[in-house]
Amino acid sequence: MIVKALAFYMFSLVAVGAGVLVISSRNPVHSVLFLILAFFNAAGLFVLMGAEFLAMILVVVYVGAVAVLFMFVVMMLDINFVALREGFLQYLPLGALVGLILLAELLVIVGGWTFAPSAAGVGAPPRAAIANISNTHALGKILYTHYIYLFQASGMILLVSMVGAIVLTHRRREGVRRQDIGRQLARSAKASIELKKVEPGKGI
Amino acid sequence: MNSFNYIELVRPALPEIFLALAVMALLMLGVFQKSGTEAAAADSARLVTGLSVVTLVLAVFLVGVDARGRDEAFCGMFVTDPFAVFWKILVLIGAALTLVMSGDYLVRKGLARFEYSILVLFATLGMMMMISANDLIALYLGLEMQSLSLYVIAAFQRDDARSSEAGLKYFVLGAVASGMLLYGSSLIYGFSGTTNFNDLAELFYAGQAQPPSIGVIVGLVFILSGLAFKVSAVPFHMWTPDVYEGAPTPVAAFFAAAPKLAAVALLVRVMIGPFGDLLPQWQQIIVFISIASMILGAFAAVNQRNIKRLMAYSSIGNVGYALIGLAAGDETGVRGVLIYMAIYLFMTLGTFACILAMKRGDRMVEEISDLAGLGKTHPMMALALAIFMFSLSGIPPLAGFFGKLYVFLAAIEAKLYALAVIGVLSSVVAAFYYIRVVKVAYFDDPVQPLDTPVNRSIGVVLVLTATIVLFFFAYPGPILTGAAAAAASLFGG
Repeated sequence: MIVKALAFYMFSLVAVGAGVLVISSRNPVHSVLFLILAFFNAAGLFVLMGAEFLAMILVVVYVGAVAVLFMFVVMMLDINFVALREGFLQYLPLGALVGLILLAELLVIVGGWTFAPSAAGVGAPPRAAIANISNTHALGKILYTHYIYLFQASGMILLVSMVGAIVLTHRRREGVRRQDIGRQLARSAKASIELKKVEPGKGI
Repeated sequence: MNSFNYIELVRPALPEIFLALAVMALLMLGVFQKSGTEAAAADSARLVTGLSVVTLVLAVFLVGVDARGRDEAFCGMFVTDPFAVFWKILVLIGAALTLVMSGDYLVRKGLARFEYSILVLFATLGMMMMISANDLIALYLGLEMQSLSLYVIAAFQRDDARSSEAGLKYFVLGAVASGMLLYGSSLIYGFSGTTNFNDLAELFYAGQAQPPSIGVIVGLVFILSGLAFKVSAVPFHMWTPDVYEGAPTPVAAFFAAAPKLAAVALLVRVMIGPFGDLLPQWQQIIVFISIASMILGAFAAVNQRNIKRLMAYSSIGNVGYALIGLAAGDETGVRGVLIYMAIYLFMTLGTFACILAMKRGDRMVEEISDLAGLGKTHPMMALALAIFMFSLSGIPPLAGFFGKLYVFLAAIEAKLYALAVIGVLSSVVAAFYYIRVVKVAYFDDPVQPLDTPVNRSIGVVLVLTATIVLFFFAYPGPILTGAAAAAASLFGG
């Protein structure tokens, strides 16, 4: 039990700390790296709650795709982040207000559970948790049986979006140097290396 | 191994599965064809388009052969019944005819790429899923598959600013409509606890003691708004003229034909199926949408110079007439909708075939004034155009008259007299601009004649649709009996 509590505090402290560093660090690349750290720690928290599927998805989707995409944007586009940051503090009152409203709403919900214990049941899952089966297994069981139609249809929709993105953006460019493995392998040392005798004191 | 028959399990969805596999196979075929030069790309596009048309024809047969009453699959998420069969055959015919007549235009504009037919097939698959949806999630997925493909083909001419604008406009507004639809679905699910149409129909059964809760009504209105956008009914029609004008003409023809039919089918299924007993709640909305669409379609088109914009407003008006049948909310009304949309499909495809044949030199022209003197230079095409225009304005004995007749009859029987009267009056106004096109074609002097001869594949579509529209009165059997059976199946008959 104590190990679990320690792990919880470790993950949550690192997650919160990394979250603060995401918005406070000056270098955008560092921000993205801290974001990845925050995602990993959030995944650790999910594992502690027994939601290992969510943890995997978080790592695969957010770290694997979204964070890398951020990294591409940060490193490949010439955005002046210092200029973006100017006047940052003038939004502080509005941001603080939104934060306060969210906090108040959370307090109302948690307070509701304390004052009316029966209300907690409203948020409970409609079905009891399945015993001795991991939730990845349980999801797979329902996704590939009951929801197979929707699952396959979603796959087709993703295929459509892929085809669409390629149709709308792919252009055949002239003068691109593509790798041609056949030509690379066909080259011989004899044809591509030329030995020259350089006389001292003269160039080639 | 057990002797469980998996084929039997997915049998109702056999046409969809066939189409999905065929699209993927054609996609592979297209990708591995040579497409280095424009001519090679056009060749591979021609091959894939040809095979796509064959695929669609085979799918029509699969749909027709397997028609055997109501059947469900995938845990009740997918349903096939005579209603679905009727619509699916029309949608497949619409898609096939569009593909047949679009080849020439695409080559001329340098757009001949095989992805066009692939996306049309994907959209058609989405439409078939919409028509067969028996669950709110299945409905949304079908709609989204159709819409995503349509957004892309609207912007298919990506070097043209207007086409890109059309695609972007359609995408943004379509996303808003999808959002409304999803919000409505979530409300319905939250207040009823199910997304299945059969369960919803049971929950909202009219014999219940307590009326449906306000959350359900709000959800229903949101779903209705989302679907009204997809059928381009007023007040969700704003995108239609711009998208039709900006998109390449074959794409506009496709938009006006197949997706519109599928969306109307979906609207009818959702309203009559799960929410059938909530008729008093949604009838007034449909009546309003119908009246507004008819009036806007009639008056806004009067000033149009561009024939594609004219057809956009005409399609808005036509949806208004079709919705009269839905407003009646009974079997006669639904039969009216089915007959109306079936005839509308052929009239619209025929008119767009005429528009696709309008070219002068290398340029495609699309002003109504460009049609001047068509009666002298292209007598056959002018005759076909006149048939479609008279039919669209509802002059007997052409097919369009019967379409209007059946919906107006349904409205009278359901005692919606105001709706029927407004419908007749607005079709009189609409007749003005349809017949003006005929007047320009026959009585104005040609400034500069259009090119002869008309492309062969466009000619085939023209002759086919004109024959159907002209001789519908002599042999209306297939459409009438099909529509009657389809409507009966929706009402559990």
